[in-house]
Amino acid sequence: MKARVAVMVMLSDAWLIARKDLKLEIRSRVAINQVIPFALLVLVLFAFALDPDRGLLEKATPGLYWIAVLFSGLLAMQRAFSLEAADGVTDALRLSGLSPSGIYLGKTLSVAAQLLVLEVLLGVGVAVLYGTSITGWLLLMATIVVATAAISTAGTLFGVVAAGLRVRETLLPLLLLPVLAPVLIGATRAFEAALSGTPSEGWPWVGLMSVFAAVYAVAGILGFGPLMEES
Amino acid sequence: MVHLRGAVALLGRFPALAGVDLDVDRRRIVLLRGANGAGKTTLLRALAGLVPITSGEAVVLGVDLRDDRRAVRHRVGLLAHGTGLYDELTVADNVHFWTRAARADMADAEAAMTQLGLDGRLRDVAVGRLSTGQRRRTSLACLLARRPELWLLDEPHAGLDKEGRDIVDALVRDAAAAGATIILSSHELDRSIELADEIVTLGGGVALDEGASGGDGHVV
Repeated sequence: MKARVAVMVMLSDAWLIARKDLKLEIRSRVAINQVIPFALLVLVLFAFALDPDRGLLEKATPGLYWIAVLFSGLLAMQRAFSLEAADGVTDALRLSGLSPSGIYLGKTLSVAAQLLVLEVLLGVGVAVLYGTSITGWLLLMATIVVATAAISTAGTLFGVVAAGLRVRETLLPLLLLPVLAPVLIGATRAFEAALSGTPSEGWPWVGLMSVFAAVYAVAGILGFGPLMEES
Repeated sequence: MVHLRGAVALLGRFPALAGVDLDVDRRRIVLLRGANGAGKTTLLRALAGLVPITSGEAVVLGVDLRDDRRAVRHRVGLLAHGTGLYDELTVADNVHFWTRAARADMADAEAAMTQLGLDGRLRDVAVGRLSTGQRRRTSLACLLARRPELWLLDEPHAGLDKEGRDIVDALVRDAAAAGATIILSSHELDRSIELADEIVTLGGGVALDEGASGGDGHVV
């Protein structure tokens, strides 16, 4: 009974934090004015660097897509914690009575929602700019959902590690990109399998990323409180 | 309500509190005074459970801070130098968010905004567009809506005009009358001494003396 109440409190707190973060993003328009243009710019630059006529761009599309997602997602994750660093908000959160695990899940949800919007837009960008024909929809959707969960669970956990440091803007990519390398590999392989018409080769990667997301979600729920104290 | 004996708190290796003794009963209003760097802000943050007490005794609202300082946090309200507000959200959004976070009654949020004069045109203005005094009032509304048992106010009059200062004083008196305990630090001694039941002078991280205020501006 006690555990059930604790879970309900955690979910309620998560919803409160996620709603607040998304409202802040909508009001500030940072995602619309900066993150999305940056992501599309990365796609365009890749297209310039790899001439579409040589076929190289087509082969590299899955990897380029996920690199663009990771780079742009880093901006969203840094933003998620810079919101809390301003003007005594971190102390106010500590004093609020909100459960740290609820704060972690709420921030993860908010980052995941932003990533999903970004991924859809980048998908449209890839189809238009690179001329990629989209096949294997089920595997593509599953990959997007699971990779988004993996990126946001790990990103939120490392975000709070870097949050209290003066060098957080430069430290977060250094911490996070190596950790997310398995997700980049898994998501790229799964996309390659979907786009080449061999979806059965992609599902094991989806499974691997699911395990990754679950491990980081549990680590975040358990570890976010102590890490928030240190930030 | 508050019991400190030889309480030590370190900021890095520096003993910001170097053995503070302090006893405060329920419904009392205590003024902390002292020069900059005397330890007033650190003492308030330690009482809120934000700064660890590394030695000595420290019991706040029945919670031993050396055992579990997090347990006291949701029962105290801290008005700090930072406002704890989100610039992009409106006054009402901020007050509602922090009220919900504290699991307090939303009717108290509305009442707090009314008491602080934030229920008119300011209600839907983004906090980032407010003056310093209006931001301070919004922070106070967030604190008031939580109905804390222990109010910790760090320079509560700073940035406020006369009307705002009068509102703060009235809120503090009302809160004490309703059963809360208030510990405040201020450089505005004329106003604060009048407000306080007790005065504690801090210097070098220790309480130098403790006295009662006559409530008329004189330390007894």
